[in-house]
Amino acid sequence: MTKTRSALVPVMTIISLIMVIWYGCVVLLNAQFEWDQAERIGKETSWSQVIPATMKQERPVLPAPHQVGQEIWKTTVEKKISSKRSLIYHASITISATLLGFLMGTALGILLAVGIVHSRVLDKSMMPWIITSQTIPILAIAPMIIVVLNSVGVTGLFPKAVISTYLSFFPVAVGMVKGLRSPEAMHLDLMKTYNASSAETLWKLRLPASVPFLFTSMKVAIAASLVGAIVGELPTGAVAGLGARLLAGSYYGQTVQIWSALVVAAIVAGLLVTFIGIIGKRVNARMGVKEELA
Amino acid sequence: MLMKAETKPAVIEASGLDLVFQTADSPVHALSDINLSVEKGEFVSLIGPSGCGKTTLLRVIADLEKPTGGSISVNGMSPEEARLSRAYGYVFQAAALYPWRTIEKNVALPLEIMGLSNAEQQERVSRNLELVNLAGFERKFPWQLSGGMQQRASIARALAVEPDMLLMDEPFGALDEIVRDHLNEQLLKLWVETRKTVVFVTHSIPEAVFLSTKIVVMSPRPGRIHDVIDCDLGDERPLDIREAPEFLKIAHRVRDGLRAGHSYDD
Repeated sequence: MTKTRSALVPVMTIISLIMVIWYGCVVLLNAQFEWDQAERIGKETSWSQVIPATMKQERPVLPAPHQVGQEIWKTTVEKKISSKRSLIYHASITISATLLGFLMGTALGILLAVGIVHSRVLDKSMMPWIITSQTIPILAIAPMIIVVLNSVGVTGLFPKAVISTYLSFFPVAVGMVKGLRSPEAMHLDLMKTYNASSAETLWKLRLPASVPFLFTSMKVAIAASLVGAIVGELPTGAVAGLGARLLAGSYYGQTVQIWSALVVAAIVAGLLVTFIGIIGKRVNARMGVKEELA
Repeated sequence: MLMKAETKPAVIEASGLDLVFQTADSPVHALSDINLSVEKGEFVSLIGPSGCGKTTLLRVIADLEKPTGGSISVNGMSPEEARLSRAYGYVFQAAALYPWRTIEKNVALPLEIMGLSNAEQQERVSRNLELVNLAGFERKFPWQLSGGMQQRASIARALAVEPDMLLMDEPFGALDEIVRDHLNEQLLKLWVETRKTVVFVTHSIPEAVFLSTKIVVMSPRPGRIHDVIDCDLGDERPLDIREAPEFLKIAHRVRDGLRAGHSYDD
């Protein structure tokens, strides 16, 4: 109880600070439009009239938080989930691509790390490629992946998941290489005195020792997966998903729609990272980690 | 020195053993011309100041280090063959328990690797935990135990393999005096019961004299054997024996050996 309360105060402080800055920016960025409007029809106006007007424009440069809130409410609670205008519908599409890509990326990352730790050749040859892969802008490569996969008849969820995989395998691979190499010399010597095979050393020592590293990198990876899935939705011509909402919003200048999709994406990212964190805590508890260390 | 009537088979036989570590600036002569014979059932202590190669010698016996010269046999085989046949149990300076395993799972670790049946594993785990007085702590995680208890668990883990030989590298070095005395008594009792061959690295003179049947005094730079002292105080050794004249006599000889072998240039 005290724990939740002590966490609540700093969180609320930051949120209110963001709100203050956000409303401030709303006034600054949207005011010009109101002044221009008044000038065009030759009407005298003042700040006291302009300020409230900046917060209820149809297509503001920056929508006010309550406008975004209303839009989210309208497109989640007040819409049926099956509706094409429901943000829950779009979010669920993005989340399924995110999760599929995240699972594939985590598996790929772990496999690469195991290979790198066990083979000098892979260690020398793979690592530069892995790092290079992340220097290529995802926006440049995503359309190509979608187009290529579409041309061989792979459509729907999978191409987006591939982009998520592309982004999420990296933190897992790097974290797991470190994790698999984390056992101290004494623990490795112990395995040697038992004449353990490298597979046994992997299962009984390296993998358990790397679990904390795995969960840390999975938190980064799942957020990267979400970004990948959203980016993957852009070149498909905005059919469905949070990325599609963003694109459709920008086609029609629907800034409120863009921002509500952005906020929902942020909330989804937060929930996914928290979810990984909770699983990590559970696993840690089962592995006997002291609570204050977990 | 008294010649024993029956010649027991040598478990460890080293002659002219050399080990040079190649480091970036200059080679380090860790072991130089080591000649050592350990008979079955002996309790041999390797004692010396840090850098004298006592741990390195133990690691060579365990095939955790390869000698660069000379020959060594363990159980009549090369150290590598002995390691592959799991001829010894090794106890490290720290308990080296895996933190994610409970005490019973830690003791069962080598048994899992040996591919023993669950029933056999269970039996060996409980018997060896009993032996080191840790019955009742099976389900605890290592951090829930004191340092002395952790080290006892690691001894149980080494014994569970049921090796003929125990190699112990300053197992009680990190523990306080009172716990160390207690564990010394327990280890001695264990040795009397099982008569396993023990090679024990230490830098404590009383510990070496109290436990051993043979004390090997080593000196540094290069690591070599300075003196080998027979030390047979009998099987019944209460802690008080450390004030007995015969104990002090041996301790004195060990101290002399350490002083003579130690260069105080640095």
